[in-house]
Amino acid sequence: MNRMTKILSVSLVAIAGFAAAQTAMEPMAAHEARIAFMKQMGAQMAILGPMAQGGVPYDAVAAQAAADKLVELSATDIGNMWPAGSDSVTLAGSRALPAIWTDSAGVMTKWTAMGAGATAMQAAAGVDLVSLQTAMGGLGGACGSCHESYRKPE
Amino acid sequence: MGKLRNGLALLVALGAGGSWVLSAPAAPLPDSALAGLTPDVTHGATVFAIAGCASCHAAPDAAYSLTPVLSGGEKFVSDFGTFIAPNISPDPIQGIGGWSDAQIISAAQHGVTPDGSHLYPAFPYASYNKASLQDMVDLVAFWRSLPASDSPSQPHQVGFPFSIRRAVGMWKLLFDPSDFVVQGDLTPDQTRGRYLVEALGHCAECHTPRNVLGGLSRDAWLAGAPNPSGDGRIPNITPGGLTWTEAQIAEYLKSGFTPEFDTAGGAMAEVVKNTGQLSDADRAAIAAYLKIVPAIVSPATP
Repeated sequence: MNRMTKILSVSLVAIAGFAAAQTAMEPMAAHEARIAFMKQMGAQMAILGPMAQGGVPYDAVAAQAAADKLVELSATDIGNMWPAGSDSVTLAGSRALPAIWTDSAGVMTKWTAMGAGATAMQAAAGVDLVSLQTAMGGLGGACGSCHESYRKPE
Repeated sequence: MGKLRNGLALLVALGAGGSWVLSAPAAPLPDSALAGLTPDVTHGATVFAIAGCASCHAAPDAAYSLTPVLSGGEKFVSDFGTFIAPNISPDPIQGIGGWSDAQIISAAQHGVTPDGSHLYPAFPYASYNKASLQDMVDLVAFWRSLPASDSPSQPHQVGFPFSIRRAVGMWKLLFDPSDFVVQGDLTPDQTRGRYLVEALGHCAECHTPRNVLGGLSRDAWLAGAPNPSGDGRIPNITPGGLTWTEAQIAEYLKSGFTPEFDTAGGAMAEVVKNTGQLSDADRAAIAAYLKIVPAIVSPATP
């Protein structure tokens, strides 16, 4: 009976561990997932930005596609990418400041502003260059606002 | 033996007396120094922006504003203690509205208050000392138009021996030079950029490493340094660390976008809001200057 209890409890611990892994990512995996996610957003900015700055000709179709993708990304649930232990103090290589975990209300406000910026860009990108340039200011501000408060320098 | 002891005591006394003389604050600027200078308030707003006054002296939670309330309160943790930005709004009681133009300029450029005490060099007067008096007069005229705040300044949290303000006089002798770091034949653009970076913009205060006494290492100028306000490093922006084109640097200072369309972060996000107020010509001048700074390959030893 004693042996049976042991086997049972070992199994339960294993199951609990598996369940935890399903809901929150391992710190390093989360760190890498965040970078990949940010790069996807950056890739859209790298399509819109040069058009806004006049480095490449305005292309309504490409701009619209990039803006649509940004909206899709900003609507993605990335809540599981921020497990405890993946901040810049705990995890080598991470630039995610601990303030992200202590100021989740602030993070959510800024993430919502990112969504609003992306939606505004979606409405503007395919119209004309001036509209795109105007929306770019708000979008850049939304990116920068989060990086200002929550990203460690190099 | 008695003679030797007396001799040593004399030497110590002379040494102490000598440093007492050497550490005396410079006399504040006389009002006559500003005679003949007509303030340009509009230009003063630009000087105010590039000098970054509000980045330290606005309340910590204040949103960016072109007419900020300079009520102070931002904390700066350092190896010497925690400095708390004072109220420098034009309020005559809690701010510095009662100071004359010359007194304000003495504080900004020489770190001397009207009562003759030294200010701590967390305030970048060792950079501002290279600014022109015309720019300072313009700056003060604009500053007088800003809203007053009656919140009292908080005392710095600085322990002994750094609590002895007189010692700052010795620091000034060592680390308060008024010559520009980058010398030689400069184009007008590079000269303008040098002025904006080395004097008003005080970029080196974060981007240049410091020695044990907190003085800037002029031989590692702009080569990157530990982040003064937390974890991480402030990047090397000499040509050995920053390989962007001049146009890319100017664009970053305007919109905050890097060539990869990442954005400025940390304290630099605030700086970019300030440099965004400059003219395209001034941003191009900063970029031109950064290209002639001696290249140092990262990582620089702090």
